[in-house]
Parts: sequence; structure tokens; C-alpha cells
Amino acid sequence: MASPSSPRLVDSFTAPKEVLEEFAQMAEEDDIDPFAETASKRQIAARQSDYHNRRFNRQAHDSADVFKAVAEGEEVEGGYKEAMRLQRLEKEEERVRRAIEEKERQAREEGQSKMDLDKTPPRAEIEEAQKELAAMQGTKRKRRWDVEEPAKEEKEENKENKDGMRPRPTLRRRLRVARRSRWDQAPPTAPEVPMTPIIMNAPSFMQEDKHNRYLTDEELDALLPSAGYAIVTPPPGYAPLVRPPKLTATPITDIGGFHIQESSDAAAAAAAAGLAPELPTEIPGVGNLAFFKPEDAQYFAKILKEEDETELSVDEMKERKIMRLLLKIKNGTPPVRKTALRQITDKAREFGAGPLFDKILPLLMERTLEDQERHLLVKVIDRVLYKLDDLVRPYVHKILVVIEPLLIDEDYYARVEGREIISNLAKAAGLAHMISTMRPDIDHADEYVRNTTARAFSVVASALGIPALLPFLKAVCRSKKSWQARHTGIRIVQQIAIMMGCAVLPHLRNLVDCIAHGLQDEQTKVRTMTALALAALAEAAAPYGIESFDNVLKPLWVGIRLHRGKSLAAFLKAIGFILPLMDPEYVQYYIKEVTIILIREFQTSDEEMKKIVLKVVQQCAATEGVTPQYIKQDILPDFFKAFWVRRMALDRRNYRQVVETTVELAQKAGVSEIVGRIVNDLKDEAEPYRKMVMETITKVVASLGASDIDERLEVRLIDGIIYAFQEQTTEDQVMLDGFGTVVNALGVRVKPYLTQIVSTILWRLNNKSAKVRQQAADLTTRLAIVIKQCGEDQLLSKLGLVLFEQLGEEYPDTLGSIIAAEGAIANVVGMTQMNPPVKDLLPRLTPILRNRHEKVQEATINLIGRIADRGAEFVPAREWMRICFELLDLLKAHKKGIRRAAVNSFGYIAKSLGPQDVLQVLLTNLRVQERQSRVCSTVAIAIVAETCGPFTCIPAILNEYRTAELNVRTGCLKALSFVFEYVGPQSAYYADSVVTMLEDALTDRDLVHRQTASTIVKHLALGVAGLGCEDSMLHLMNLVWPNCFETSPHVIGAVMEAIEAMRVTLGPGVLLSYTLQGLFHPARKVREVYWRIYNSLYLGAADALVPFYPDLGELSEGQNVYDRHPLQMFI
Amino acid sequence: MSSELRYTANTQLEHLHARYTGTGHADLTKYEWLTHQHRDTLASIVGHPPLTSYLAIADGEAVGRIKFEMTERMLQPCGPPPKKDD
Repeated sequence: MASPSSPRLVDSFTAPKEVLEEFAQMAEEDDIDPFAETASKRQIAARQSDYHNRRFNRQAHDSADVFKAVAEGEEVEGGYKEAMRLQRLEKEEERVRRAIEEKERQAREEGQSKMDLDKTPPRAEIEEAQKELAAMQGTKRKRRWDVEEPAKEEKEENKENKDGMRPRPTLRRRLRVARRSRWDQAPPTAPEVPMTPIIMNAPSFMQEDKHNRYLTDEELDALLPSAGYAIVTPPPGYAPLVRPPKLTATPITDIGGFHIQESSDAAAAAAAAGLAPELPTEIPGVGNLAFFKPEDAQYFAKILKEEDETELSVDEMKERKIMRLLLKIKNGTPPVRKTALRQITDKAREFGAGPLFDKILPLLMERTLEDQERHLLVKVIDRVLYKLDDLVRPYVHKILVVIEPLLIDEDYYARVEGREIISNLAKAAGLAHMISTMRPDIDHADEYVRNTTARAFSVVASALGIPALLPFLKAVCRSKKSWQARHTGIRIVQQIAIMMGCAVLPHLRNLVDCIAHGLQDEQTKVRTMTALALAALAEAAAPYGIESFDNVLKPLWVGIRLHRGKSLAAFLKAIGFILPLMDPEYVQYYIKEVTIILIREFQTSDEEMKKIVLKVVQQCAATEGVTPQYIKQDILPDFFKAFWVRRMALDRRNYRQVVETTVELAQKAGVSEIVGRIVNDLKDEAEPYRKMVMETITKVVASLGASDIDERLEVRLIDGIIYAFQEQTTEDQVMLDGFGTVVNALGVRVKPYLTQIVSTILWRLNNKSAKVRQQAADLTTRLAIVIKQCGEDQLLSKLGLVLFEQLGEEYPDTLGSIIAAEGAIANVVGMTQMNPPVKDLLPRLTPILRNRHEKVQEATINLIGRIADRGAEFVPAREWMRICFELLDLLKAHKKGIRRAAVNSFGYIAKSLGPQDVLQVLLTNLRVQERQSRVCSTVAIAIVAETCGPFTCIPAILNEYRTAELNVRTGCLKALSFVFEYVGPQSAYYADSVVTMLEDALTDRDLVHRQTASTIVKHLALGVAGLGCEDSMLHLMNLVWPNCFETSPHVIGAVMEAIEAMRVTLGPGVLLSYTLQGLFHPARKVREVYWRIYNSLYLGAADALVPFYPDLGELSEGQNVYDRHPLQMFI
Repeated sequence: MSSELRYTANTQLEHLHARYTGTGHADLTKYEWLTHQHRDTLASIVGHPPLTSYLAIADGEAVGRIKFEMTERMLQPCGPPPKKDD
């Protein structure tokens, strides 16, 4: 219907516009992939920085196996010489490119400056501009007659649609286009992508090439009339252009110029024509895949279509086979992937390195690669490498180009994988080949390549040993040809130190000597890198190896006077790490030298420098040789002036660094020195700064105590802390921790201030904000002990009363804190003196137990448990029973602490009430559905048995076992198992009484019965060892033994443990006679089990078995005499 | 059984066992098992001084000599390994 507001009556009825739009929208939405966004996040390339993505610019080349070729007397092509030539070429290219860019930039700047000037531009320029303008407009005017005007056509179409007529003319025009495009658009103008039907259907190719895409048969059928046209067979010799992807080629075509991404309309058009882009998940010869991405199509094009395999050559067959396996591994489901991985590993040598890596490596360079795919492909390389061994040599560089980026990945596991592969590669290819392959990259023009190469070299060093690589490193670090080589060489040493840690110690001197001259290099970057490498070496070697650094001490200390900026920062860093290694006698001198520079740099505005300076000050303070006097006089004044300012509290990293350094300084300078300097800032107006002060004071006092603080400082400190605590607006732990730590450290010295503190707390307990009330309660928890120490009992009882009145609190976090505070007070005061009295407190807590909040539950159960433990007699038994029922609910809690507290509370309650009623409650609870609740009940039963004596519980448990219900019976067994575990040797009195029940359980059909019974037997046997119960134990052993053939893991585990326990009780001799029956049984399955039992027996009591071994002298034959003669002697 | 238990704790037990000398497995031969027994016996004699003295008195030899002989005999206590049949 037309819209109802329309006054006009129309004689044609159409659906309202909204409905049509809705349908259109629905049609569009069908194509929207909700996972598209997350997919791009999973892609490694999309996530990584530009620096990481520089890997796509790398060129890989063959690294011919020189060694093999030389051995065979062949001329080598693509060897080291060739690689160096290529590398020089690349470098030259890079230089030229830079020069061009530079020139363009200059030209641009000049041009801009020309335009910018506020003058009339010269006539020539104006004319030029006019010409340009004219040319631009001209293109519009000079449209040729035979070119269609898209805008106009659009208009026409709209008009026709509005009229409700079929757009005939347009259709005809389209027909003309379509007819022309059948064959004559073929290969010559073919797009950059291979043409298989699947690729054409893939959405991304539709987006990129929708103007050039081929019309499919279906589309043509729809367009052309059925009569008058015939489908012609393709001319002989015509083959669609398939360009196999090369490693060096970037797979995505670059579309020049600006274009609007129209993703939906092409797909929608295809969908409307019934050609929805469909990706195959089933591929001939591969089977079902977990997924298939459009990008995969170009790599696996050859196996996507059916082929006549008889026409293929052996190599082609091999290629297809590899592709299928790779596709299975990359995209298959786990079981498919597993078998494929095994196959490709087994056949690796058969396939050969070439065909394998030609397929694997391009996949790894795909831009849309995801983590999981990369992991799997890397795994393939790893397995294949192992099999191929030295056959891999020609592909070393190609593999490195692909794997090196993993070394700087942000994901730790990717880095580990990369290291693993490179180390295996080094072992397979050998050091000489690795060096000759990687040497050209050392002075590569791109910093990215040099960086990754350095890391790869350090992995090679760790795989083949540092000494093997040292001569090469020495040569590289002294390279005269380029500073890049020296830089990379030194970076290799740095990476070796970082990666190998203290394993560099044996080679420390060599490594240091190798890079020492770099400190005086004329290139700043080399000097900086040398200092960083020295820092890494010193850090790795700490606390040993100062003698190896002798040569660099002088240049370092001279260097800090010569350099500024980045190199100074690096030099300081190196010094910071070398100082802790030094002898305490000499360190003072070196520190004095460096302090001057450090103090000068306190003023720096460079964030990086600031961090390094702080770190070095911290390291200086931590060295043994520095005197407190020196720190107090020479460092502290400037340090506080520069760093204890409000600005430092604003940046999170600076904040932490300053606090750490100050705490370290306090270790030398003493508490009062540091606290005295900053205590006034507790009343600073900036809250972040107050927090920084408080955190520092907390850490200093916590590690050094408060005995150094004199009375005046004490007053200022307490005053400041109370002020800071009251003025805080953000809710965090810092102020609370600080308050607690300082007050606890001062101990009885806070007595004069307690009235003030407690009145603060009382006032804040009634605050409007729940967070403030919570903090006040938390503070009470921390101060309770100190208040008691000071003998201020009436303050405690006042607090207790106020907290009691607050139990109606509605915010669960606050309520939890209040109950915990009440608990802390009850703890220090004792149940008898507690105010409010326990008999009033407990009934108030019972309903709170039903609160679902974990914090509340835990605090409540802890308090109730404590009351049950120490003051159960103040509360009537009826109340305790009520609590028992409430506690059952807590057995379902998620938090283990709550369940444990609940279970323990049952024990305390049973102790005061007697076990009968509690036990009845718990045994009934064995019938409930939830497993967790039942398990906790069994534990509680065991605890009750332990506290009240087993004789009170075991009869009830045995009686309950007679119930026909499975859950109850297993529960009883479990409870018994815990009982015997807890009571230990006392079980000797009860062993005989449970034997009949165990007989029943061990011969039950149900596996769980036998498993739990075996556990009981274990605990029982261990408990009664040496207490004269061997007869009943032997009986149980006979019942347990046949279960040794069980296969379920839990059952066999329990049975094996029971047998082990029997070894302890019955002695290994008895057990040996059981095992001897089956050690040489004809059935392997029996032998395996018996040998496992024998082995545990042997490991448990090898020596004790000696007298029990059977005399097998009669088996002696020929040279082998099996008599144990020494045992046959007697006097 | 071992195939079913491949992924459970009990295989770890088997691996653990395999790390010690003297433990056995389903394919152990009579010779190997008895060699272990003999070595254990000799080691036990050397390790328990009363036992060593007892043997010394019975043999009329010095304690040190007995210890030495026992230790020496631990190398192939049951003679050289028998030839493999297949």
C-alpha cells in the first residue's frame, strides 16, 4: 500500500518503501561476514608495525651448496660471490632511490616556497597553471562520442525505474557490452591474478578487479537470448594465464590511483544472480578442510580442479602431492593435520628440499597469514629440516628470510620457534655455510635486515658454540669497509649476551676484546651499540668477570665526559651494569667520577636519559663499596631537588623508577634521612605526588623498620599519614598499606596518637561513601593488633560495637571488610572479652551466611569458624545446628578458601556439640546431586571423625554404606578413605572392622567402588605399617591384586598406589613372590603390567629384595653361571 | 594396556622407571634380569659391612680383598652375554 498520509489515491499498488528497503537490507546483510573484523586481527601482518612488515621487502636468493659443488669439482653459480654482488647491487639501488627521493623532496620544498611567497607569481607560472586547468576541463568536454557517459546513464536508469517501466534501453546497451566481452577480453588484458573459477568467486578479487572480471556462463545465459547464440569451444592451444606465485612477488596487485572500495555491490550482484561467493571446503584428493581462504586459492590452484593424473610427469605428481599435504596441514582438522604432518616428514627426503621449500616458503610470506597457520608451517619446516639435513643448504637464505622475522615477533612463542628453527638450520647446514650465507646481510642497506641478521647470528652462536663464531665476529667487528658491518657485529655480541646469559662467562674476555675498540669508533651509532653490548655482557656475567672488562673501563669513563645525548645514555647504562661487578675497594673512585656526570644529567629533559640516570643511581647505591656518607652528602641533595617534584608522579614509569631508586638509596642512607626529606610532602596538594611519597615511605619502613625514626619525625610522620589518608579521593591500596605498615612498625610508640586515629576511623565508618567506610574497616583490621599491644582495650570494644551496628551494610564489599574487621578484633581480644558478646554476635552472622558475595562469605565463615573453635560454649546448641545447615550451602562455593573454612567449621562445631547431630546432617547431604557438595561432605565427615575420634563415626559410615544408592555408597567409601588418611596409625584399631566392607567394595562390579576401595586400602596399609595387622592386610592384598589389569587411568593409579602401600606393610619379599608369577608370562600384556609393578617395587626397595630373589642356579648354561655363590657361604 | 595409557600419568611412571638401572621391561631376557640381580647382590654385600665381614671370615680373606673381589665381579657377574639366536 502507498503511505497512508498520501492524499492521492493511486491505482497501482506496490509494497511500501520501508518494506522494500528492509528486504534489500536483508539481502545485503546475508553477505556480511561477522568475523571479518576479527579475522584481520588474527592476521599477523595486519597487527604488526611497519617495521615488522618490512620483511615483505626482502629479497631471497639461492645459496648454492658450495661445499658439495667444490667436492664434486663443479663451477658454482649463485654462491657467496654472487650473493655479495647482488647485495652490492641492492645497496646501490637503495642509494639511488634515496638520492631521487631527496631530490624530489628538495624540489617540492622549493616549489612550495615559491608558491608560499606572498607575491604575484611570474607570468610563466600563471600561464602554465592555466594550461593545466584547461587540460583538466578539456577532458570533460572532449568526451568522445563512442564512450558512454556513466552519469547520464545512471540518471536515465533512475528515471525509468521511477516510472515503473522495465529499463529496456539499458539492458540492450549492456547486452552490447556483454556480447563483446566473451572472448576478446581474454589473456592479453588479463588481470594480475590467476584465473581459476574459485579465485574469480572469491570476494576480495571481486573487489579488486570487478571491472575486469569475466562474465560467468550463468551470467551470460541470463543476459543473452537463448535463440540465435551458440557457445563456441575455445580455440585449440588456448590456455588461461596462470601465473604461479613467486616468493619475490607480492601477491596483492597494486591498484594505482584513487578508487572507492565498493565491497557490497559486486558481491550482492553475484548473490542476486545465484552466484554467491562460495569457498570450497572439500577439495579432490584432500577431503574436508576446516576452512579455506580466498588467498589460499592462488597457492593451491593446481590441486583445486580435477585433473587427469595419468598425463602428469613424476615431478608434477610430486608437486601436487606436496601441495595436498601442505593444504591438509595448514587448513585441515587436527587429525587430518597430524597424519599429513607425519607423511610429509617421512617422505621429506623423497620429495627433496627444492620442491618442498618452493611450496612452503611462499605460504609463509603471505600477507594474510594467521598465527595458527604460521605456527603449523614453521612446524613443518622444523620436521622437514631434521630429515633433510645437509640437503637443505641451497635453501638456507630463503628459509632465513622467512624465519628471521619471527625473532623480533612480539609473541614469545613465535620467537622461541624462530630460534629453534634457526638453530636446527645451523646444525644441518654447518657453520661455514651459515656464515657465507648470512655475511652479505651484515652490511645490508636496510636496518631491519641487519637487525634480524644479528639476532639470527646470535642463535647460530648458541647452537654451534661461541668459540666457533669468534674469529668471524672479530673480523666483522673490525671491518674497515663499512660501519654497518661493525655495528651489526657488535650487535651480534649484544644479542649473544642477552640470549645466553651467564653462559657467556667462559668467553667473556674474548667477547669484550672483540668489541672494545668500538667505543672509540668514529660513528656514533657504533659507539652507542658497543656501550649497549657491554651493558648486556656485564648484566649477563653479574656478579663475576670484572677482570674481563679491564680494557674498556678507561674508554667508558673517558667517554662519559666526551659524549652527549644517546651515546652518553648508552655509556652510562654500561657503567651502571659494570659497577656492581667491581671490587668494593675500587668502586668508590669510579662512582665519584660518574656521579659528576649523573648529577649534571639530573636536569635532563630527555625521558630516556632520565630513566637511565635513575637506574644508574640505583645501581651505584646498591654496590658494596659506596659509603652512606658519600650518598648523603653528594647524591641526595641534587637527587631530591631533581626528582622529588610533582611532575615525576604523573608518568607511571617515572613514578615507579623514582620510588625504586629512592628505596635503594634508603638502604644506604637510612630511614630517617629519606623519610625526613619527604615526610612534609605527605601534605602536598597534589594527590598523585602524595601517593608517591606514601609508597616510598611504606617500602622503606617495611624493609628497614622504624627504630631509626626519632620523636619529632614520628609526630610529623603520623600527622602526614593521617592527613594523606583522610584526603585521598581515589580508591587504592597505597594509603591503606602505608598506614598499616607504618603503624605496625612503630608498635607501642603510636599509643599517644591512637585516640586521634580511632576517632578518624569512627568518623569515616559513618561516611556517606561506601568506599570510605570500607577503607576505614580495612584499616581497623590492620591496626587491631597494635591497638591491643598498646593496651587500649576500650577503644577496641568501642570499634567492635560500632562495627557490630554496621552489620546491616548493603554494599557487599564494604560488608565483607566490616566482618573481617570484627573478626580481627575478636581475634586479638579473645572470645570472653569480646564486645559485643559472642552470643549476640553469632545470631547476627547466621543470616549473612546466605549472602552470595564471595568476600562476605569468606569473612563470615572465618569469623564463625573462629567462634566455634574458641567460644562455642557461649552459643546455644540450637543456633549451631542452624549454622550447620547454612554451612552445607557454602560447600558449593567456587572459592576453595571458603569450602575449606566451611569444612573446618564442621569439625569445630562437632567438637563442641558432639558428633552425632553434625554427622547425621553430613551423611544426609551425601544424597544431594552436586558432586562438589558431596565431596566436601565426605571431607567434613573425615574431619569430624578426626576431631571426635574415629569410633564415633566409623559405625555410622558403615551403616550408611548399606544404602542401595550409588552416590551414598561412593560417598561413604570416600569419607572412610579420608578418615584413614587423617587418623594414620590409629587405623590399626579399626582395620578389622572395615575388612568386610572393603571385601564387598573391592569385589563390586562398579569401577569407582574398586578405585575408592583401593584408595582406602592404601591409606589403611600405610597407617598400620608395623602395627601387626599383616593378616588382614594380606587378605586385602589378595582382593586388590586382580585389579592390576584395569585400564582406566584413575583406577589403575589407585590400584598401583595400594600395591605400593602394601610393599610398606607386608614387606617387598611378599610382593616379589606375587610379581614373579607374571614377569615372563607368555602374553605381552601381562608381562607389561607385571614389569611395571616389579619396577616400582625395585625402585622402592632394591636392596631389600636381594635375599628374596629366587635361586636360579639350575638355569646356568655354558659360560653363564647364575648361582649367587656369595650367598651360599656359611660359617 | 600401554597404548591406552599412553596419555596418562602411568606412562610417565614408565618413563621414570626407564631412567634407572636395574629396572626391567616386557622384553627383558633371562640373562639381563639375572645380571641385575647379581649386581644388586654384590652391591648389597659391599654396602653392608657386617655382611662383608661375614664373607671375609668364611673365605679367610681380608675385608678389603672381599670388597675388591665383589666390586670386580660386578662386571659381567654371570659371564659374557649369550649369543643372539636370530
